[in-house]
Amino acid sequence: MHPFGLSRTDDPGEAIAAHAHDSQLAFIAGGTDLLGLMKDGATLPERLLDINGLPNMERIEAMPGGGVRIGALARMSDVAGNTEVRQRFPVIAEALLFAASGQLRNMASIGGNIMQRTRCAYFRDEIGCRCNKRNWGSGCAAFHGFNRNHAIFGWSESCVATNPSDLAVALAAMDAIVIVQGKTGERLIPFTDFHRLPGDAPERDNVLDRGDLIVAIEVPANVEASASHYLKVRDRASYEFALVSTAAAVETDGRRIRLARLAMGGVAHKPWRLTAAETGLRGISLDDIDGLRSAIAASFTDARPLVHNAFKVELAKRVTLRALQTAGARA
Amino acid sequence: MSNDRKRALADAAGDKSLIEPLPVNLTVNDLTQSITVEPRMTLLDALRERLALTGTKKACDRGECGACTVHINGRRVLSCMTLAAMLEGKKIATIEGLEQNGILHELQSAFIEHDGFQCGFCTSGQIMSGVAMIEEAKAGWPSAATADVRRDFTLADLSRAEICERMSGNLCRCACYPNIVDAVVEAVARN
Repeated sequence: MHPFGLSRTDDPGEAIAAHAHDSQLAFIAGGTDLLGLMKDGATLPERLLDINGLPNMERIEAMPGGGVRIGALARMSDVAGNTEVRQRFPVIAEALLFAASGQLRNMASIGGNIMQRTRCAYFRDEIGCRCNKRNWGSGCAAFHGFNRNHAIFGWSESCVATNPSDLAVALAAMDAIVIVQGKTGERLIPFTDFHRLPGDAPERDNVLDRGDLIVAIEVPANVEASASHYLKVRDRASYEFALVSTAAAVETDGRRIRLARLAMGGVAHKPWRLTAAETGLRGISLDDIDGLRSAIAASFTDARPLVHNAFKVELAKRVTLRALQTAGARA
Repeated sequence: MSNDRKRALADAAGDKSLIEPLPVNLTVNDLTQSITVEPRMTLLDALRERLALTGTKKACDRGECGACTVHINGRRVLSCMTLAAMLEGKKIATIEGLEQNGILHELQSAFIEHDGFQCGFCTSGQIMSGVAMIEEAKAGWPSAATADVRRDFTLADLSRAEICERMSGNLCRCACYPNIVDAVVEAVARN
């Protein structure tokens, strides 16, 4: 790794001020993504600030009424093993368990998880390929290159990368809220607004600014959450990022769908909510497979696959159908 | 080497604070150790190069293979993705600390009995991972192989499929996986 300075703080105000005033400073918590990026030369902060000592930020709290509040420094494995999370939001526990490995889940923080950067091989390339996310104006090697793992929705010619977080997909489906402390106080960011599409500023993965510190994620209660499921399809059986994945939750009246929540991973620069499908699924029976298929298909009319990833469109529809059926079986 | 990395290295040469060693006090296999490390030194390199504990192996150095697995405060982690200077006051356990009074840990014995290795390079990581993985299962943690995460997991649920999933962070290029799973099954049975 390149040389860098390292200090620590247990004061949130000090952390926010340091980050706001020093453009070469990065927070480090679990470090599982940041150190990988630094080893690959994809990011080269001159100073790291260890925020693991910030008080009470590792807590996982069951909220009255059925929601949970997950501190930004909680570790993936603690959240996945937490009884309230498992029982109230199985989709969140499953998304965490389908990510990384046992060792990495013990290390990686929840705040860091939603901040992790794309696994696009051109972005991560140690020798530094053409990548607008790394060097604006250098071009997008993936757009013209091998783009089997890349986006089918919401991409621009400047960047076709996907967001790698499984957890983010589940949180988008659950309409979670990111709680951020910044220079001007606290902000609540709806999860579906947290990540950005690449547009002509692909270097920005999310809406955070200098001096912003994620303190917690709140997942509000919803009736559908207990009947939810995360289904991930990948090239290996375990320990691999998604080709496509779906977080599904459903509330039913008998077998008829009253309300469905659907979000996808592996298809865009941010977790991709299937809003057209959610609308179309209302009133359809879980036993009406053709009805379910056609409602889901409504969310794919604007899919724009690249040269090597057209297979993702059909795969995504099928993964979504199966995730919905498994969630429905839990209703 | 990329231009931005060259720039960072050149800048660093003029700023001694970036490479100045930091003191850190930690416990390794029940012994207190006070060392100084550059901020960029990983726990893996500190163990091998500063403390002469070479049982922990360096393979990918990218958090992909699990060969460098150790325990921090009882949890399995990747020492290649951990900065040593961030471990003030932490308790580290490595493969060298697993045997007690000359008696191998039951998972170490099981690896020998079941021929759980060929070249042996991944073995310390496999064993450190397996020891902590059994504790995770005892604590009721589910995995991606668990059919219903809403139910409490027990050690009796730790099937071969569960073991494969839970050990997927440890790669073995000799592909001794069936024997590694046999060894873990044996150690669980002795629990």
